[in-house]
Amino acid sequence: MNGKPLVSIITAGMSKFGKHEGLLAREIFADAAYEAFSRCPKLNPKGDIKAMFIGHMGEAYEHQGHTGSAIADWAGLTGIPATRCEAACASSGAALRSGIYAVLSGLADVVVVGGVEKMTHRTTSEVTEYLAMASDYPFEQYHGITFPGLFALMATAHMHAYCTTEEQMALAAVKNHYHGSLNPKAHMQKEVSLQTVMASKYVAWPLKLYDCSLITDGASCIILTKPELAKKYTDQPVHIVGSGQASDTIGLYERKSLTSLQSTKLAAKSAYEMAQIKPEQIDFAEVHDCFTFAELMAYEDLGFCKVGGSGKFIESGATRLGGAKPVNTSGGLKAKGHPVGATGTAQAYEMYLQLTDQADRRQVKDAQIGLTHNIGGSGATAAIHIYRRDH
Amino acid sequence: MSTVKPFTIEQFYKFIAQGKLMAGKCLKCGKIHLPPRPLCDNCFSKQFEWMQVTGKGKLLTYTVIHVAPQQFQALTPYAVGIVELENGLKIPGMINGVPHDQLKIGMELTLDFGACNTTQQWPQWQRYCFKP
Repeated sequence: MNGKPLVSIITAGMSKFGKHEGLLAREIFADAAYEAFSRCPKLNPKGDIKAMFIGHMGEAYEHQGHTGSAIADWAGLTGIPATRCEAACASSGAALRSGIYAVLSGLADVVVVGGVEKMTHRTTSEVTEYLAMASDYPFEQYHGITFPGLFALMATAHMHAYCTTEEQMALAAVKNHYHGSLNPKAHMQKEVSLQTVMASKYVAWPLKLYDCSLITDGASCIILTKPELAKKYTDQPVHIVGSGQASDTIGLYERKSLTSLQSTKLAAKSAYEMAQIKPEQIDFAEVHDCFTFAELMAYEDLGFCKVGGSGKFIESGATRLGGAKPVNTSGGLKAKGHPVGATGTAQAYEMYLQLTDQADRRQVKDAQIGLTHNIGGSGATAAIHIYRRDH
Repeated sequence: MSTVKPFTIEQFYKFIAQGKLMAGKCLKCGKIHLPPRPLCDNCFSKQFEWMQVTGKGKLLTYTVIHVAPQQFQALTPYAVGIVELENGLKIPGMINGVPHDQLKIGMELTLDFGACNTTQQWPQWQRYCFKP
């Protein structure tokens, strides 16, 4: 692909992330669709949009499966092919990848990719159980291993191998809550201190409550087209120049490494190669901080710092807004919230805002190239995309 | 006389109920699968033989679960870990009989067949756990 745009984003939308009492997923998605359509007056949704791919993880939350058609219906797009993509927390990262397949195949010139999840009406115990369904059932869930538990198993191994500390992990929470305080759509918009994070209760040692992302309701979407058609719809398209998706064993226990994610490494390799971009050229990124430790591990797997060096890297402040490589300027899953199906395209929404200079108080200066990293389960899926500003 | 048992996860747990930790060994490439699989992920063969594995191993990593789904809530806080057995085989499970502040990567653990009973409707598999 030689670094040329694969597809272009012409508009994007995101609901407020948080608690949406009394609303169903389809109703929350309508907010995201409305924003995307409103931002792009030259787009005729009913005539132009030819396909929809929707990330949605769990039927259990609302007793509602078949969400591709349900979401298309409530977004006013009935009639087009609409398909649900499920890859756990990477569902809308996978939806984005599917949208790229659709545009590049020539079957659909304009596609909506998005995601949604409605979670907060369920108890923490129920959500814990539903989320765990993204991990191996017969050997992990069946033996009481939870989702935080899987990342805790990796964090423990990393602490043992590289002397990474709980404080270093906590710094990701402090940073992302600071970024979230600058995002009016974030679930949590207040800063937290290192002491607060460290004093919070254990969920799965060494991970504490403030190391965990939030249980959130929300929806997001972006609209893609062929690069040569983008200017028909907008003066400011954002180009996707690299895309990688990879899988790994469903069981964490079968993997060679417990301190890195092979899926992230494989997906990053293909995205970087396709974009002809090196990790050091990435100006800013949204990485999958479902747990603080996952953000540290992502720094290493994406090549932002050396293997084992993520603790020192976050201590340096490089990934804080104003640093050399700001990470999770949206607040990340940690503060913006993690409505699982919506997360991948919410990361892309942040790319869209930053690369069209619409990120307001959290704008990254001179942002040219950004990266999103969306993982599913304990890393059995990774979807990585690289974005470039239009010149 | 005896027919070979199918190389399934259910059969793996039936052996657990009999006090045996059994892996499937590929007859074509020799790869040992724990748990057993019906298709070798290395050479795509479907020919296997059962192989008993000792339950002795070393703890690779661990955590202590404080927030659990409903059916495990009564057990919290409980320790779980991944244990490496002979031949580099790895298996996760609960760790019982070790004070949580004495858990240590590299410690020796043994698979125990008398673990907690199942409570849900499906599946009714006999659980195992690890003990010192």
